[in-house]
Amino acid sequence: MNRDYYIFSNGRLKRKDNTIYFIDSGNNKRALPVEQVDKIHFFGEVDFNSNLLSYLPRFGVMLNVYNYYGYYSGTYYPRKKNVSGFLVVNQAVYYNDYNKRIALARSFVESSIYHILRNLRRHKEVTEEIIDKIEKEKANITKANKIAELMGVEGRVRKWYYRGFNCILREEFILKGRNRRPPRDPVNALISFGNSLMYTAVLGEMYKTQLDPTISFLHEPSTKRFSLSLDIAEIFKPLIIDAVIFKLINNRVIKEEDFDIEEEICFLNEEGKKKFIEEYETKMATTIKHRKLKRKTSYKMFIRLECYKLIKHFIGDEVYKPLKAWW
Amino acid sequence: MELKTASIQGVKLNYYYICKRKLWLFAKGISMEHNSDRVLSGKVIHENSYPRMKKREVLIDGLVKLDIVDGDYIREVKISSKMSKADRMQLLYYLYYLKEKGVEKKGLINYVKERRVEEIELTEDDELEIEKAVKGIEQVLQLKSPPEVINARICKKCAYYLFCYVEEED
Repeated sequence: MNRDYYIFSNGRLKRKDNTIYFIDSGNNKRALPVEQVDKIHFFGEVDFNSNLLSYLPRFGVMLNVYNYYGYYSGTYYPRKKNVSGFLVVNQAVYYNDYNKRIALARSFVESSIYHILRNLRRHKEVTEEIIDKIEKEKANITKANKIAELMGVEGRVRKWYYRGFNCILREEFILKGRNRRPPRDPVNALISFGNSLMYTAVLGEMYKTQLDPTISFLHEPSTKRFSLSLDIAEIFKPLIIDAVIFKLINNRVIKEEDFDIEEEICFLNEEGKKKFIEEYETKMATTIKHRKLKRKTSYKMFIRLECYKLIKHFIGDEVYKPLKAWW
Repeated sequence: MELKTASIQGVKLNYYYICKRKLWLFAKGISMEHNSDRVLSGKVIHENSYPRMKKREVLIDGLVKLDIVDGDYIREVKISSKMSKADRMQLLYYLYYLKEKGVEKKGLINYVKERRVEEIELTEDDELEIEKAVKGIEQVLQLKSPPEVINARICKKCAYYLFCYVEEED
């Protein structure tokens, strides 16, 4: 499987002949094996040249850029080679027919809540009450016949869920409610950083398929984001990111000194980001034997499989059923 | 001379004999070949076999891609002879296509790893079969949704395996 590379240093990424090198500010040169690279993530300040940018698409390498706070800024992605106009037309049909659209939106919310409950049940001695509330709220998924109502259900579930964080997490880490742009406390900083990574991971997998990332169902297709990526990320955030956060905090891997707080803005510093990414990458590479495919399947591949199931839905092959982790 | 057959890519003929679902998906642009190691290994073999041959990768009308043109023969390079029927039909289609353009050739399939070469000549029966297959392909492509999964042994090595077999249980 092709790897993701994370570059924290400032420097320059360049192509020389048929090799790409990263040269850091101290003039240390390191070659990257371009054929084994999936994505490169930049957290520092890096210069590129067009010679490099015209070379990377041959290998389908994506460049993801994050700002100083670790927020996702954008992606340089290769010219898309595998396109299917047929699929895009059909995908759009599922957006345009409100009944078809909401059925998909429901699936995303349903799977997200399933994974949220799965997380809470692992600590059920302390989260029983919250589980109850969410179970009750869950019944509203089928009743909702507007996307906005569905978003309401999702929002309320998340509110309860984040309260549950305080029961699950070690007491030094308190979540007083979700805040973003900017996050104001360590747990919010972790959630925001994790969500950025999740978004780029889904986009990366979706890019290997013929799905159109702009036609989404739960989130309104927008011009600012690849909103189908947000839809699919709903499924995987509790399954991957939240699991990483619980582990990092409760196993005392992440500590207070891994965060910087500047004028009420809290973010992971370099050391903190590295710890997060290490655990996140371990999680993504973890495999489960797929009960249908009978093959070892990584969390990362589960994202791609979700894309495949959506394609099958759009081409009238098989009705989409979202992932509900069974292990 | 006017072509009797509809113009289709040779690979479609190959897929028609292997799996009609694969044919349908491929024709609709839902391709998976780009993420298959097996396809990559085939590509490497293609690129590295017969380096001394001058006429390699000859594309005709944007449809028919001949691996090698070598005097009276056109050669097709394959990894293994497992799919011999499909490979044979693909090459026969090329011969047929060329014949309609007034060029008569014979074919050779090179099973590189097996170090084996098979010689092929286009017969009248073959021509009939190809015409039937081309009609069959058109019928498959008219379907609104893909043909069903074939559940065969060969599925396990197919680039579409994960796509075809992924499913959620309740």
